[in-house]
Amino acid sequence: MATLHTVNKSPFQAGALSSCLAHIKEGDTVLMIEDGIYGALTGTGFSDKVQASGAKICVLGPDVSARGIDTAHILASVETVDYDGFVDLAAASARVQAWL
Amino acid sequence: MSETVKKFLYVNRRAPYGTIYAQEALEVVLIGAAFDQDVSMAFLDDGVFQLTKGQDTKGIGLKNFSPTFRALGDYEVTKLYVERESLEERGLSLDDLQDIQYEDEDDDWAEKPSIRLISRAEMADVMADQDVVLSF
Repeated sequence: MATLHTVNKSPFQAGALSSCLAHIKEGDTVLMIEDGIYGALTGTGFSDKVQASGAKICVLGPDVSARGIDTAHILASVETVDYDGFVDLAAASARVQAWL
Repeated sequence: MSETVKKFLYVNRRAPYGTIYAQEALEVVLIGAAFDQDVSMAFLDDGVFQLTKGQDTKGIGLKNFSPTFRALGDYEVTKLYVERESLEERGLSLDDLQDIQYEDEDDDWAEKPSIRLISRAEMADVMADQDVVLSF
């Protein structure tokens, strides 16, 4: 069964997102939370890598809103979830792995 | 008590001494080892720096906890997965790491290496094979 990966660091500050994307398996989901949401921005050096990851990519909406990031700047392929959605993703996964 | 044994993986992605993460991870592993679970440790990214030999912390006023890795075998923590790509990206090889052994009780207590050098793809397999993944 699949893994839910959470990433909570900006990709511009830490290697968490890159390392996460290098270790995901088919069917996994990556959820960007806290400063991790900057990994979902369009037009960055990470955008292509995120889109080509093959995994389902989600961002936690409240963390996006809190940072004043307009949804227009979030990659179209990225799904925005709320806290209930976070719980659903965790419940649907065999394990949750945090990339810190 | 339940006889269910779960697979626990402790993921180490940080260098020692700059932050407390590495030492705390080791503490948690030793505590967890008391519960008779199937424990493994993973070392990737800067986490591979934790295992270098010859660490000498006299000059920085911090405890050198690296010898603790050699005691893990006594707590039945015998699987230390090290990612080859992470080592190579940092200009290191297996020779730069401590020689960590455990005694295999199923093989007349033969001494065997605890460090298992694996590829990034194999590391992804190891991670996907766990019941619980704890990150440090």
